[in-house]
Amino acid sequence: MSRRLLGRVARHGTLIIASAVALFPVYVMISAAFKTQASFLAHPWAPIAGPTLAGFRTALNDQFPRWLGNTVFLSFSAVTVTLVVAAFAGWGFARWSFRGRDVLLGLLVSLMVVPPVVLLVPLFVFGVRIGQISTFRLVILIYVGLMLPFSVYMLTNFFRTIPASMIEAAVIDGASSWRIFRRIVLPLSAAPLVTLGVVNLLWVWNELLIALVFLQDDSKKTLMIGITGFQSRYSLDVPVIMAGLTLATLPIVAVYIFGQRYFVRGLVSGAVKGE
Amino acid sequence: MTPDTVALPHPRRRRFRPGRFEPLLWIAPAIAVVVFVFGYSMVELVNTSLHFDGAWTTDNFRVTWSDPTFRTALGHNARLLIAVPILVATSLLISILLFEGLRGWRFHRWALFLPYVLAIPVIGVVFGQLLQFNGLVNQLLRAAGLGGLAQDWLGQPRWALWTMTAVIVWRELGFGIVLFLARLLSVPPDIFEAGRVDGARFFRLHRRITIPQLSGVIIFYVVIEAITMVSWVFNYVYVMTNGQGGPGDATQVTELYIYQTAFQYQSPEIAAAAAVTLFGVTLVLIAIFFRIQRRAGLGIDE
Repeated sequence: MSRRLLGRVARHGTLIIASAVALFPVYVMISAAFKTQASFLAHPWAPIAGPTLAGFRTALNDQFPRWLGNTVFLSFSAVTVTLVVAAFAGWGFARWSFRGRDVLLGLLVSLMVVPPVVLLVPLFVFGVRIGQISTFRLVILIYVGLMLPFSVYMLTNFFRTIPASMIEAAVIDGASSWRIFRRIVLPLSAAPLVTLGVVNLLWVWNELLIALVFLQDDSKKTLMIGITGFQSRYSLDVPVIMAGLTLATLPIVAVYIFGQRYFVRGLVSGAVKGE
Repeated sequence: MTPDTVALPHPRRRRFRPGRFEPLLWIAPAIAVVVFVFGYSMVELVNTSLHFDGAWTTDNFRVTWSDPTFRTALGHNARLLIAVPILVATSLLISILLFEGLRGWRFHRWALFLPYVLAIPVIGVVFGQLLQFNGLVNQLLRAAGLGGLAQDWLGQPRWALWTMTAVIVWRELGFGIVLFLARLLSVPPDIFEAGRVDGARFFRLHRRITIPQLSGVIIFYVVIEAITMVSWVFNYVYVMTNGQGGPGDATQVTELYIYQTAFQYQSPEIAAAAAVTLFGVTLVLIAIFFRIQRRAGLGIDE
């Protein structure tokens, strides 16, 4: 009996401690954002001590809105292009069999493991040569390239599960493959497309290395570059830093809260069958 | 599997039909982007790494490999691999606890996965603040009467890399937990029932039944995390050390080395040689993965 109780306490205790450790930095970030420097130093632990929006105001008066705009623009363009291009390719791979298909698909998928840092030097040299450093165009192209292997893999797998009979029926009705793609395949694929969109959005939103190298112009900086520099500029005013981080995190956390299952499904889909 | 090639031959053949080439039209945009981003870059990279002043040479590799900073960086990546077994053990334990459906497990799952959603730069800055000498972590230690342990966690060469490892574990744990939990939920429940009926207790039950059921996904996670430790830790180091890999070179890693040699010291040849080396290491890790997978006879998808 007592052994059983002990087991229950140990299990709940482990989970509670683990969750507390996971949430602690997030809690500190959000609670500190609403304090003044003085109240943060006096009551670092209090949920909210003399709440103020001064930190947010300072952060927003800095270049924050511009960084946010850049990140939003970059993320949405790169993710949209990726989804369109990957859906085309996935359909091409799933619908027809042709010589070399499996090799091509295998090659494409295996590129998932290439670390981006490996591609950095040659792409940068190329960018300098064609005068496209600090332009969004080149960065979007690189992001699309980096997201494609996983995206094509996931969509090809999904398109293969669409019953062949549905497609055959449409072929007999004389539908072109474009029409089949638009009218049958895409409407059936809303869930995987949303999943993929969310996962890719998360990746681009949080990307630092490529943005750091390719977007050197002040007016082109993204949120992630911005907050990295933010920290040294406001090193003596912790609440301002935390307010900035909170602002940068909020959109993603909102997406997470409302679309948790998409996140989980997308991240797990590479490894676990049955999704 | 190809309804339209099986269909009867079209009576009139003069008209343009995309026919055989149609799939290529659909795939072409993706291939074009990938050939540029990966194909072109890889060829250029190898090319750069084998040239100096316009002549073919292998000196770049010799110089890189004998550079003490590069060796230190690689060594640090190797030390980061210690995080992998810690991650596997911890996320296994937690995912099993979640799987048992204790009260509030949905909330715990939500909380435990949250770090994985946060941006690494955000995490880096927050932990940078928490881990300062006067930061909240030390305040917590002092309050617990462990003031003797308090120190500048990221500022001490002896501890900086371990502190970094802990932060990386903090974030990557959520991925493992969710991955394992998803696999557990797809195991037929009667397998566990059978074990329970046989009277197996917690450790025995999970060692004999759960872990074998999860082996495919565990290997997958090990490989993903090993690749992360070797070639995806730039963000952590860059943000927590202001791009320096400091103190001294206590947290220097290969990616940062490539970044610095290319963009701060302006020697793309050395950076390229280091990048080729890093890519080689990644390939070796993947080869080991496939080897283990084949020997164990485990498909990721089962």
